Amino acid sequence: MELFVHQVLAGLSTGGIYACMALAIVMIYQAIDQLNFAQGEMAMFSTFIAWQFLQWGLPYWPAFILTVAVSFVGGVVIEQVVFKPLKSAPVLSHIVVFIALFAILNSGAGFIWDYSIKSFPTPFGTTPLFGTGLISSHDAGMIAMTVILLLLLFVFFRYTRIGLAMRATAANPDSARLVGIRVGWMIALGWGMAAAIGAVAGMMIAPVVFLEPNMMLSILLYGFAGAVVGGLTSPFGAVVGGFLVGVIENLAGTFIPYVGRELKFTIALTLIVAVLTVRPSGLFGRVVVTRV
Amino acid sequence: MTSQKLGSRGLRLLTLTALGLVLGLAPALAQKKYDPGASDTEIKVGNIMPYSGPASAYGLIGKTIAAYFKKVNADGGINGRKINFISYDDAYSPPKAVEQARKLVESDEVLLIFQSLGTPSNTAIQKYMNAKKVPQLFVATGATKWGDPKNFPWTMGWQPPYQAEGRIYAAHLLEKYPNAKIGILYQNDDYGKDYVKGMKDGLGAKAATMIVSEQPYETSDPTVDSQIVNLKASGADVFFNVTTPKFAAQAIKKAAEIGWKPLHLLNNVSQSVGGVLKPAGLENSIGIVSSYYLKDATDPAWANDAGYKDWLAFMNQYFPDGDKTSSFTVYGYSVAQTLVQVLKQCGDDLTRDNVMKQAAGLKDVEFGMLLPGIKINTSATDFYPIKQMQLQRFNGERWQSIGPVMNGSLGGT
Amino acid sequence: MNGSRAVLTRPHLVLTLAALVVAAALPFTVKNFILFQLTLAMVYAIAILGLNLLTGFNGQFSLGHSAFFAIGAYTAAIMMDRLGIAYYWTLPAAGVACFGFGFLFGLPALRLEGIYLALATFALAVATPQILKSTPLEPWTGGVQGIVILKPDAPFGLPLSSDQWLYYLTLAVVIVMFAGAANLINSRSGRAIVAIRDNPIAARAMGIDISSYKSLTFGVSAFYTGVAGALGAIVIQFVAPDSFTFAFAIGLFVGLVVGGVGSIAGALFGGLFVLFVPNIAEQVSKGLAGAVYGVILILVIYLMPSGAAGLVRLVVSKFARTTARQN
Repeated sequence: MELFVHQVLAGLSTGGIYACMALAIVMIYQAIDQLNFAQGEMAMFSTFIAWQFLQWGLPYWPAFILTVAVSFVGGVVIEQVVFKPLKSAPVLSHIVVFIALFAILNSGAGFIWDYSIKSFPTPFGTTPLFGTGLISSHDAGMIAMTVILLLLLFVFFRYTRIGLAMRATAANPDSARLVGIRVGWMIALGWGMAAAIGAVAGMMIAPVVFLEPNMMLSILLYGFAGAVVGGLTSPFGAVVGGFLVGVIENLAGTFIPYVGRELKFTIALTLIVAVLTVRPSGLFGRVVVTRV
Repeated sequence: MTSQKLGSRGLRLLTLTALGLVLGLAPALAQKKYDPGASDTEIKVGNIMPYSGPASAYGLIGKTIAAYFKKVNADGGINGRKINFISYDDAYSPPKAVEQARKLVESDEVLLIFQSLGTPSNTAIQKYMNAKKVPQLFVATGATKWGDPKNFPWTMGWQPPYQAEGRIYAAHLLEKYPNAKIGILYQNDDYGKDYVKGMKDGLGAKAATMIVSEQPYETSDPTVDSQIVNLKASGADVFFNVTTPKFAAQAIKKAAEIGWKPLHLLNNVSQSVGGVLKPAGLENSIGIVSSYYLKDATDPAWANDAGYKDWLAFMNQYFPDGDKTSSFTVYGYSVAQTLVQVLKQCGDDLTRDNVMKQAAGLKDVEFGMLLPGIKINTSATDFYPIKQMQLQRFNGERWQSIGPVMNGSLGGT
Repeated sequence: MNGSRAVLTRPHLVLTLAALVVAAALPFTVKNFILFQLTLAMVYAIAILGLNLLTGFNGQFSLGHSAFFAIGAYTAAIMMDRLGIAYYWTLPAAGVACFGFGFLFGLPALRLEGIYLALATFALAVATPQILKSTPLEPWTGGVQGIVILKPDAPFGLPLSSDQWLYYLTLAVVIVMFAGAANLINSRSGRAIVAIRDNPIAARAMGIDISSYKSLTFGVSAFYTGVAGALGAIVIQFVAPDSFTFAFAIGLFVGLVVGGVGSIAGALFGGLFVLFVPNIAEQVSKGLAGAVYGVILILVIYLMPSGAAGLVRLVVSKFARTTARQN
């Protein structure tokens, strides 16, 4: 029983990482209606930029804010330079461009900062909570940060005019244009916000897994899984989904005999696919009905 | 048959002819012999490394080797010949490794392939290399299967085989902690499983009772937290940590965080102070036991050591961007030195046959960054150049040797 | 709109025949190593064609075809190494096995659309290396170590090297399978398959049994990729879980898009791209090979948004228009 509790706690702690990532993924999905395969690499690159600021002597929080700002600008630039010219290309081609972006960011980070692991500081300290050390103050801080982001996003989309405009653009770009919304700007804004959220995620995650160019690939995949099971249209669902994936994976690895340890991720994914067959839009997603 | 006896004149003629023959043949005997890839001016050395993909951290080894060969060339080359180092990326993918190996052998026509990295990649090309009779020399993996001269006479490893290291730890445990309960964290691939086998073989009959938990992980796992929790829960008081640097650092950190303080045996792939222990937390790493065969470049004890000073000078001049805190640069430097030694010993006979012969004829060879007392030895039946290791314990600042240099050869301790 | 029919007009026929003649003569003009690369490119082309049938022609998004490639490859390896069966039987066996797996996977996938199907197939791609490595299956799959197989020699004592023989074998398989795909697309079933992609609701209204067609297409697509996998195993002589990672599935997908979604001939270009462009990127810059590859990809998409086949179609139609105007 005690092991069960421990694994759940450990799962929540890792799940916090996935939830953070899943939020960033859903954010950009809401803005551009596509899954950004390069989201993880963008987050990783931002974290390296933050690390560089810290190396140059900036204290933590100024470096943090500066990185978020730089990432926001970077996201907008990427959208304008890479994706805008390709707007009319078919959907599948867009995905290839995401893959290209992934390769460029990964290779670039490795070239500039090399592949050895670097430690990244946490502003929350690492004191163990609940007396177990399974969840530390950093984990709690990371979860708190994720929840704050979630709330900010909720308020932004629901109660501000720009948020409403973005939602309109994502739902129906043509109609949005007709009512006077600058669709191009909305998409750029979406990219910037996604990049900024990704930067926050990266800076929360790096203290746990150590900073190196390949740190985000597996987390991106887990984040995808979490976002999809939670429902790609629901940021809240994405966060829940992230936690779910973390806990399920730990429990599967510990308690399923013989193959559990080797096939943890497979089992978690199978469960997710099973969930999807029952609820095709995810646990909290809205079912989209198209008129013929 | 003639009954004529040789007169003094005949004898002189015979001697002169014999002398003439010997003198005429001598230049032919001392003639240079070349296989594809070797010539009067250069020796082409091929290499396959993962410069991209999940194992890209190891690309640093390839870059160090390239820098070292630059230095050798600047110093005049090997017997007057420059090394042409051709290194290709295989992204740790076996099909790509096969393609690159064929490119090196058939298109670039290298003399040998050196330090190809990764057990899957090397397994993929092993049959081809042996069929084509091209040396697959000093492969960059410690998998035990590379020391098999009977079946694969063209393949040779370099670093101590993983099983040997596992056995050294087992011997240490049997001697000092015979009632230990062992928990193992291992990477779920060739490398990890090889270590586990070595440990189990070394423990012999006691393996079943001593090992209480085995937790695998994949390189695609973001963290190993769950495994550490399981290991602690199993009641293990010895932690055999078979992980690559990133996961080793995570494991050390997590074990400290959850208050688990076992006897920590760390595999030598991840024993770099600057690359693993510092990120994990130096205080968390106190008491960790490992074994190694190279000097740690971050250890201040070597500051005045001649071998270290040579390495530092090399890094500063030829590879200033290289990470001096990573053990990969020391490793690359030392293995490159070994190849240079072999090629030097070949002299003017630069055939692939002779390269293997010289590689199998290294006797008590020492290099600057090998730990004192550790020597390279090979023979026609012994394709494990380095078999010795030094057990060491981390004191919070540096590794301190414990006990003598141990021999982990597969024949016995 | 694009790639709904595989047209075989006179100019097409002439071009195809010319290409075949060149392809048949190649083994006597180029080095064995280049032949090996071309053979591998053809293997990837068949795999990409399989993916194309599912994603390009039927609109079912798959990120998991590395799994079917792996199943085909391991089927061949197990048959040759563990069961001692000759290599030519492995191709149909791999195809049939993969058809089964594909069809079975296609059934629950019926309920999933777009992104969600992508995740399910991606789950398959990630699971496959893990399952191949797992201990229960180790006696058959060789676990992490993989299986090494012997390269077959040319049969009937033909004066061909192993590489040349495999090249011809692969070329023959390419011709048969590409012709088969063209035939399928031009048939009634093919039109149904494409209709399901273009407008599933209308297709259902016309009486097309969506479920059967979707599952069957999954099966056929897996069949193609499985045969490619078996061929690949024979050519490389080695299978290991590390050869079939998610990165490989991404590679196939890139080949699909670059070659041209919904184009059969485009798959050949895709195969060549997937094999040769990473090498070119590496030659440009060792340290930034990945970045160079990414930049090349972006440029390719920019210049040919619908892939190579799309570009060819554009050029041909412009040419046709100018000739029509002159007449």
